[in-house]
Amino acid sequence: MQEFIDGLIGTTTGMEQHLAYLAGMLVFGAAVVFGFILPIAGVTSWLERRVWARIQSRIGPNRVGPAGFLQWLADGLKNLLKEDVVPDAVDARLFRLAPYVVVTGFVAAFVAVPFAGSLIIADLNIGILYITAVTSLVVVGILMAGWSSNNKWSMLGGIRSATQIVSYEIPAGLAIFPAVLLSGTLSMQGIIESQGWEPWNWHMFHSPFALAAFLLFFVSTLAEGNRTPFDLPEAESELVAGFATEYSGMRSLLFFLAEWGNLYLIGALVATLYLGGWQVPDFTRSTFLLAVAQFGTFFLKAYFFVFVAMWIRATLPRVRVDQLMSLCWKYMVPIGLVSVIGTASVMVAFPEGNMTMRMAMTGLVGLLIVRFFLRVRYHLRRSKGVGFQPTGSVAQG
Amino acid sequence: MSVEVEIEGRGGIATEEMTLNMGPQHPSTHGVLRFIVKADGEIMRTAIPDIGYLHRSIEKIAEKVGWHGFMPYTDRVDYVAAMTANQGWAMASEALGGIEVPRRGEYCRVIAAELGRICSHLLAVGAMGMDIGAITPFTHALREREMINDLLEELCGARLTFNYMRIGGVAWDLPPGYRDKVIDFLDHFEPVIHELNDLLSYNKIYVERLANVAPISAEMAISYNLVGPNLRGSGVSYDLRKDRPYSVYGDFEFDVPVGMGEQGTVGDCWDRYIVRMRECLQSCWILRQALDQIPEGPVIAKVPRNFKPKAGDVHVRVESARGDMNWYVAADGSEFPYRVHIHTGSFAAMSIIEEISEGMMIADLVAIIASLDIVAPEVDR
Repeated sequence: MQEFIDGLIGTTTGMEQHLAYLAGMLVFGAAVVFGFILPIAGVTSWLERRVWARIQSRIGPNRVGPAGFLQWLADGLKNLLKEDVVPDAVDARLFRLAPYVVVTGFVAAFVAVPFAGSLIIADLNIGILYITAVTSLVVVGILMAGWSSNNKWSMLGGIRSATQIVSYEIPAGLAIFPAVLLSGTLSMQGIIESQGWEPWNWHMFHSPFALAAFLLFFVSTLAEGNRTPFDLPEAESELVAGFATEYSGMRSLLFFLAEWGNLYLIGALVATLYLGGWQVPDFTRSTFLLAVAQFGTFFLKAYFFVFVAMWIRATLPRVRVDQLMSLCWKYMVPIGLVSVIGTASVMVAFPEGNMTMRMAMTGLVGLLIVRFFLRVRYHLRRSKGVGFQPTGSVAQG
Repeated sequence: MSVEVEIEGRGGIATEEMTLNMGPQHPSTHGVLRFIVKADGEIMRTAIPDIGYLHRSIEKIAEKVGWHGFMPYTDRVDYVAAMTANQGWAMASEALGGIEVPRRGEYCRVIAAELGRICSHLLAVGAMGMDIGAITPFTHALREREMINDLLEELCGARLTFNYMRIGGVAWDLPPGYRDKVIDFLDHFEPVIHELNDLLSYNKIYVERLANVAPISAEMAISYNLVGPNLRGSGVSYDLRKDRPYSVYGDFEFDVPVGMGEQGTVGDCWDRYIVRMRECLQSCWILRQALDQIPEGPVIAKVPRNFKPKAGDVHVRVESARGDMNWYVAADGSEFPYRVHIHTGSFAAMSIIEEISEGMMIADLVAIIASLDIVAPEVDR
């Protein structure tokens, strides 16, 4: 980045250089936000609606663009053109500010997401720590929204969200440690570089403890991202729309944008920490092709978890507040502690690494996946046994 | 309603109860119900039901529209299971007028009523999943309900407010080939119940949310006059179709599922839920028998257009999807009923909420409302 701007403006020094850096950063940042992060959130929203529809035997959005792909653009445009309603009784300043804080929290996290070996905005040496820190801004925004709305349901939603995110940051933080221990660095690129492209060289399969940490990390980040089964802050059957009840138009959309963006972030983090990130075999000398392959690999891995999160949301009910807390403090925190200590012990016991254990873990997960597909096939066959075509006019199609 | 605020000191910090208005517009109150919830954080002190938002004076309308003319209004008493309300009115009028319904007519009534019962239970279990946060079972349940709606549409031309029954029988005979269509549907539907069980009923989170939540003991259920699946969920085997058979229900063999506390306490939310699931299967069984045994003959008795029953009063009970539906009808010998009173299951269920919701979480109130299967129009009429 710095070199690029230097090349553009020649060798100036002092104030001008700093201003040029600042301007360059702003332009580049805006380009990334509008050209990549917002579309990702938008496409995720489209994908979520399509996936849900499939699971619920509906069709889903299919009018705007091929298979409804441009629905997210239409929705965004519609919401931008809507009136920005600020109800009378709200604390207007906080009310207006809250969505921006939420969006800032999730957009800022993208600074340290490694999309490919050469594609990262800033490879901070405390990358993963920075992401956990900056995503905490989301809870501030949600609490602001809930409090300033002057609505009891909103406040309940905001407070639920605060308790939930603050609690689940502990198991999420603990689940990051095994990956950091295995890599010896907090830098996102460093964590990926310490893994290989082969599945058995991923951190996930290092030991049973690392596998537990991987699952723990995924579940607790789901809770942090307010996703089902932990979507209590916006539980529509209990709290109407939670902290977003009083919001309308673009401000309301910004909350959802943050939620969908966060979903991709969850996938990206899981892929980085435990699934080898962008690692691909060295199949070509061309750096461009390599970068494309790396980007594609990372994107697919991240989107796999986005898909799993959608799938979970479509199938699972929601837990209750006390169950949420007991799950966090009675089960996930102890599991997190055990996985940290266990990973460290395995590392001490096998300083050179243990290939047998890695292969065994990979095989185990592979077998689980095979069993899953067999079960799906069994259920599909069972439900195909009887056919019934609806007779009336409405149920057809 | 005046709301007293208790202020109590806790470690020097003054806290007070929060009064929440749940409804009349709220996503999970199934229509327009209102609860005044006094909550301490997430825990409810009380939830006071406030009814009357959907009152349409249906009982008074009966006194003005006459015996035949009231039939379409009975659909609106409980629009989720309109067939049984139809049947209640028809039976009350027939009892007053001393009219004998032809056998085939009674069978048609049973077939329609049982299809309607499955319809209603599907909506109840689907909406319950939705209230707990599982969105997929709802669409799956409604997909099946749609097929029943198609079948009922073929039978009587309407999909929700059927107006199918008449005083003395039913309006139309079964259309040609109807038996095969219903059997086809049942063959398809019975495995779907197991699919829904796999998807929802035995889901760990779902069971955790419902088991041991708001258990109603058998004594309490009886003292609050709970009826139908809510009563059976508490372990009391009482079903009008079995215990005081009306229409031709005496001809059929079926079981009465009761709550057994499989996942927790007898009479908790899960028990009330699973009773509805199992009742769907029993209704399928009754339907199969009814379709096999249906006799030939007329479907409606000769009833004069100017139907004037003798003066007197009658109390008729039918087992609706929400339980024992009581019809008290008084006639003064004119062409209009003198007085009609309808007592419904949801009304009784509504009254128990205040007691069982004490000390529960706000999220539990949603589960309680859903598990009691309260349908707002039936509460207010």
